Amino acid sequence: MSNLLFLSLFVAVPLVMMVILFLLPSDNKKAIRYTMAGGAAVILALAGYLTVDFLGEYNPENPDQFLFTDSAEWYSGALNIHYSVGVDGVSVAMILLSAIVVITGVFASWSIEEKTKEYFLWFLMLSIGVFGFFISIDLFTMFLFYEVALIPMYLLIGLWGSGNKEYAAMKLTLMLMGGSAFLMLGIFGIYHYSAPQGQDLTFNIIEIAKNHSMDIEEQRLFFPLTFVGFGVLGAMFPFHTWSPDGHASAPTAVSMLHAGVLMKLGGYGCFRVAMTLMPDACKEQAWIFIVLTGISVVYGAFSACVQNDLKYINAYSSVSHCGLVLFALLMMNQEAMTGAVLQMLSHGLMTALFFALIGMIYGQTHTRDIRELGGLMQVMPYLCVCYVIAGLASLGLPGLSGFVAEMKIFVGSFKHADTFHRFFVIAGCTSIVITAVYILRVVGKILFGPLYKVDKIQDTYFYVSEHNGEVHHNKLRDAVWFEKVATIGLIVSIAAIGLCPGWISNMIAGSLKFVNELFK
Amino acid sequence: MDYSQFLSMSHEISLVSLLIILLLADLVMGKKKSGFQACAIGLFAIHTVLGFTCFGESAGNAFADMYQSSDLHVLIKNILNIGTCIVLLMSYAWNEKENKEYVGEFYFLTLSTLLGMYFMISSGDFLFFYIGLELASIPMAALVAFDKKSKESAEAAAKYILTAAFSSGVMLFGISLIYGTCGSLYFDEVAYKFASATPLMVLAFVCFIAGLGFKISLVPFHFWTADTYQGAPTSITAYLSVISKGAAVFTCMAILFKAFPSSTEVWQTVLWIIIVLTIVVGNLFAMRQENIKRFFAYSSVSQAGYIMLGVIAGNEVGVSTTIFYILIYMFTNLAAFGVISIIERQAGKLNISDYNGLYSTNPKLAVMMMLALFSLGGIPPFAGMFSKFFIFVGLFKSGMIGLLFIALINTVVSLYYYLLIVKAMFIKENEKPIAKIESDKTTICAVVICTIAVIAIGFISPIYHYIESVSSALN
Repeated sequence: MSNLLFLSLFVAVPLVMMVILFLLPSDNKKAIRYTMAGGAAVILALAGYLTVDFLGEYNPENPDQFLFTDSAEWYSGALNIHYSVGVDGVSVAMILLSAIVVITGVFASWSIEEKTKEYFLWFLMLSIGVFGFFISIDLFTMFLFYEVALIPMYLLIGLWGSGNKEYAAMKLTLMLMGGSAFLMLGIFGIYHYSAPQGQDLTFNIIEIAKNHSMDIEEQRLFFPLTFVGFGVLGAMFPFHTWSPDGHASAPTAVSMLHAGVLMKLGGYGCFRVAMTLMPDACKEQAWIFIVLTGISVVYGAFSACVQNDLKYINAYSSVSHCGLVLFALLMMNQEAMTGAVLQMLSHGLMTALFFALIGMIYGQTHTRDIRELGGLMQVMPYLCVCYVIAGLASLGLPGLSGFVAEMKIFVGSFKHADTFHRFFVIAGCTSIVITAVYILRVVGKILFGPLYKVDKIQDTYFYVSEHNGEVHHNKLRDAVWFEKVATIGLIVSIAAIGLCPGWISNMIAGSLKFVNELFK
Repeated sequence: MDYSQFLSMSHEISLVSLLIILLLADLVMGKKKSGFQACAIGLFAIHTVLGFTCFGESAGNAFADMYQSSDLHVLIKNILNIGTCIVLLMSYAWNEKENKEYVGEFYFLTLSTLLGMYFMISSGDFLFFYIGLELASIPMAALVAFDKKSKESAEAAAKYILTAAFSSGVMLFGISLIYGTCGSLYFDEVAYKFASATPLMVLAFVCFIAGLGFKISLVPFHFWTADTYQGAPTSITAYLSVISKGAAVFTCMAILFKAFPSSTEVWQTVLWIIIVLTIVVGNLFAMRQENIKRFFAYSSVSQAGYIMLGVIAGNEVGVSTTIFYILIYMFTNLAAFGVISIIERQAGKLNISDYNGLYSTNPKLAVMMMLALFSLGGIPPFAGMFSKFFIFVGLFKSGMIGLLFIALINTVVSLYYYLLIVKAMFIKENEKPIAKIESDKTTICAVVICTIAVIAIGFISPIYHYIESVSSALN
């Protein structure tokens, strides 16, 4: 099978699933769910096969950063747009992450009853955008998939969300689209200077990187535009404000996919497009963005400490962790950048787990306010243990994925010996402590301690809430099978990275070797 | 005289014969018009097919270059033909129900305006252009007033004809100044004389562009747009917003390139200001509209600004992307207007708030409307994103990064109000949503064709390649 066809399968499989889903009757929810699970499993298998294949093809003496590259002409002539695919260690890691989050996301949305078919159709469109973005090496196709991934969020939040959903959906969509307006200008700049005078312009990022024909003056203008454009999706301060509202209002699986995968598009884009294609301006301007992302890291963590809504806590925690990704990328050395990619993986998995668990708890108690919850460990021990594991991964416990990533990031960052970098690295390190504060606060408050607002009637627990003078009893239960599948899948992945990080870390570092050359 | 030069006008000749046949048929058939519409649409479809297959072969100039035709002209006429075909399909049911007696007039007037547009497009001379413009404008006023029972329709027509007459006057003044300063009305000779532009020539140019600005509804010549779009019968609004606008944009581009090629700084400055105003004003007003037709009027004002971005770019990519944009905008807007006309006819609802909860009762219509809105807002993978992206590439090439930045920021603003309609249809709840609609077959067929085009055109690159290959005629 040609490389083009093989990598395109990541887009084609969700597309075929969309067609199958479209043809299924809307009231046959069982068939819809099993189709989704089957399709997602196929994608996961493909991602696994790609990883194995990549590791097999890859060797340290390999002269090319990208493997499995292939290209088909799309728009010839003056525009010179190709449908080009190719992967390196970073994109393989991202594809694997996306496949894991997609399949666990399907199980986490198993209980969606309202407009199931439409929900999964949009969910698939989002997946198409995500996978397409990671396999593309042509700026136009990348941008196309990027926006394909963004727009389903509007309806997913607006229709299936909770709380102030219309506001949150509009805010999120407009802010991200505003970011992509900047990004578009950046892409035009890169395209316009993609080849030396007199040669055909190209959108292909490998060729652009090879030509490296953009002058420093132009780079100074287009680097910040591109970086900010992707940075909005990466929740960089001060463009992060969509993230808490958006995540809080989104339905469970959408939060998972959004925080777990979509926000990675931002970091990946900053790295793949802004930094690799305009390295000279990046070296010059990195300090501005180090300051901004440094603020993200610390500010996000502090904000998480004072929130009372579980989803807000995790949304701010995502701001902090995604800030760390960009922060580490801007350190521009192989070690810190490897840490950044590992952090993307680790954050993707543990945030997905967090949001899945919050969704499962919220589905029963109908509140996410930590002041209204307490002692849940007695009621739903399985979910609560998972929550503790996610929390420990988040605060960087050795043996889980967070530790590996943060270790690499801070060790790598500390290699810069000047005061400026040292200051921000130390400031960034404090976020580990602050993370522990807000994680343990939640764990202590809602999982342990005495039961709060929970009644036990004949061996069954009920959550008692008062609404408009009426007293409601919501039955509480522990996880059911599909919830267990979703959480176990994520926990196994987190532990796998934490316990044997070597193979994935080498795979990423091998590809970053080439990028590292640019910043020397 | 060499009669073979008439062959280069095959589009026009074919349409004129079609018009005569329709006129005679109208006379003969009396008041019973059964089958008239089917015949008329069938004949026009044949005309469209012929346009694609054999009219292009004899393209060339005629009458001492007063009439010009090339593959590019043939292409743009074919695009307009397709659009007109779709509009005719969309108005079939409305005509059957409301205008059984007057269908003859309807077809005669619609196709007359189309003939006027053909002449406008192919003009090589200001006078010839002016005649074409008038032929395209005056029957249009009658069409706007076609809904005889509605006072709004009459009001809209009055507004349209008055502004049209006024802007024609201004334009004619501009043309007379051009003649006074250059001593000729031929584009080529004007181009030669205009090389050293005097202030009087600039004034002449501004007056001329004001007249065209009215047709394209550029700000500040857009005031008629909202009222006329609202009052006119919906299929005529659709026709005005795409066919008439598309022809005018193309003509504007052709004249700027042919008659004023040496004074690009003059017209780029004028257009820069006009385009920024058009996009911003169109966007700001669209946000506050409550009537869906007025909403689309302002949306089309702002879209006109985007189309003009390809014209101001003034390079080869600009020309082909402008035509590509016109093509895609045509399908997209026609899809939206098709849905609006179905809902207007079956439920009598035209307010945006009436669209609340449309998805729960009429999912198919709501989805098609949503696709059209996404395409207008430039969301991939729908065609609108391709046309926007390409037109911006052309603009970037010409170095107008400031303008590009303003346009990009405004796409986000426009996305906001397009999403408002999506929100109304999908998210908002309504106690009494529009009941389930049995749409008539012809209109739904037209909408489906447009929707398929909106989804597919971006992926089918040969369409753009063909446009690119013929568009060198303007440079």
